[in-house]
Amino acid sequence: MFLKRALQKRRQAGSDEPHGWLGLAFIAPSMVFIIGLFIIPLVMTVWMSFFRWPLLGRRKFIGLENYAELLGDSQLWQSFGFTLLYTVLVTTAIMAVALPLALLVDRPLRSVGFFRTVFFMPVVIGFGAASTLWLWLLNPDSGVFARLLTGLGLVDQAPRPLESFWPALAVIILMVVWKTAGFTMVILLTGLQSIPNDVIEAARIDGASPFSRFRRITLPLMRNSVLLALILNVTSSMLAFDQFFIITQGGPNNSTISAVFTIYLASFSSYRLGYGSALSFALLVVLVAISSIQLSFMRQRPEDGR
Amino acid sequence: MLLAMIILAVFFLMPIIWSFANSFKPAAEALAHPVALFSKAFSLENYRRLENVGAGWYVYATNSVLIALGTIAFTVAVAVPAGYGFSKFRFPGQTLIFVLVMATMMIPFQSILTPLFLILKFLHLQNSLLGLVLIYTTFQLPFSIFMMRNAFDAIPKALVEAARIDGASQWTLVRRILMPLALPGVATVVMFAFLNSWNEFLAALIFLSDQNKFTLPIMLVNVSSGIYGIIDWGALQAGISLTMIPCIVMFLALQRYYVRGLTAGAVK
Repeated sequence: MFLKRALQKRRQAGSDEPHGWLGLAFIAPSMVFIIGLFIIPLVMTVWMSFFRWPLLGRRKFIGLENYAELLGDSQLWQSFGFTLLYTVLVTTAIMAVALPLALLVDRPLRSVGFFRTVFFMPVVIGFGAASTLWLWLLNPDSGVFARLLTGLGLVDQAPRPLESFWPALAVIILMVVWKTAGFTMVILLTGLQSIPNDVIEAARIDGASPFSRFRRITLPLMRNSVLLALILNVTSSMLAFDQFFIITQGGPNNSTISAVFTIYLASFSSYRLGYGSALSFALLVVLVAISSIQLSFMRQRPEDGR
Repeated sequence: MLLAMIILAVFFLMPIIWSFANSFKPAAEALAHPVALFSKAFSLENYRRLENVGAGWYVYATNSVLIALGTIAFTVAVAVPAGYGFSKFRFPGQTLIFVLVMATMMIPFQSILTPLFLILKFLHLQNSLLGLVLIYTTFQLPFSIFMMRNAFDAIPKALVEAARIDGASQWTLVRRILMPLALPGVATVVMFAFLNSWNEFLAALIFLSDQNKFTLPIMLVNVSSGIYGIIDWGALQAGISLTMIPCIVMFLALQRYYVRGLTAGAVK
């Protein structure tokens, strides 16, 4: 009894001290999740990619055959190429909208908080809901855009953007800019607000024009948040799936099938789990390569460059 | 400048307002020319028709709510102790483990979907809401643990020691000092767990196969692909509204925490 109480007391006193096996107990549950549903599947992805692995029936070790097939898979090259094209275009478009937005809402006005909230609002809606919402907006028969255009007499026939490649891509990009520009705006705004006011004030006194103040001072000083916004946008665009699955359904003529869409089709439509894993691993390698190039830019401080 | 902001605000808000307003329009009015924003007649018939979609919208809404609550509960129950453990204890291998946890953030779940499918099958959790909750929790953890570690780090040691000297027990300490101070961190974690699990699409599409297990985003796809190729646009508006309104309400209520989480997660 006495010993038990003494031990209890010791444990109570010790739990905040810097010797803590108890700390391991606190993080143990999180380890169960991360090992079970992240580390093990990650290793399995590589392992499975060496097999012919149907959902039903026997799996067979085939070495690098999946990778050999992958190299010669024209649909795959097309979808990876399309994903890269989409990533470059959508990231450029998002930055081109989000930077002016951030500059616009970076001022000490009372109403600015309201506008920040409004610009950010679509970010919290899921991609699934946003995609179906735009599917309706763009529908030639019942959608608002078509009826506005024909109603105002601007066009005779309602446009059918989803029937050819570039209009379909443009529509997707417009939707994604609407949905995510607010997110990038907030990241850039954090960068803007970390710039000390007196630096810009000093430049103003020295007679620098607003444009050169922005180009020579503001932009270099917010370099890290610009790079961060780029990394986040590039990564999420490389993983795009929902909008293509819902709005274009991969069409027209399979021209808007993204990389993740290809993995989805291989693993969960054709049930070629081994080949799907090889595709996943290939995508992962591309992603990690792109992220690390971007991260290395971020590590260089702006001063180092000069 | 103000004018520019107002025009932009209209662009950002219109699709949401339009869809919401349209969901209450009777079918006859929805296709009327010219386009009217607000309906002359208020009607719930679109929502009523959503009951005939698959298992009925309330089944999907219930599934979405259960998944969101489950993800929030698991994430908080696992991430809060983990954040505490990483913040207030020193043990061998700690840095390495922390780096490992953070690495989860760098590698997207989309790239390990195929084995996750097999693991859920192995655990007999495929086509189950619990299976999805476990996956969502796992990918919610790195951000949440990071958030909670920072929240506990921000509590000064002197405060804890002072309470000790005043004779506070461990339980009192946690309940009266640590938890209240870490609560903003918990709010951030809850908010992100809600939005991410409520809105998740791809994993739900793959891992749920029964009609009555679907979540709201999957229901939307079913409606938008139409019955016999004919899409019920009115019911789709109703479904979209049901899916997005909770997110907007939650965001407006907890806005402060959302932006805090965004910047904390990003600046890392």
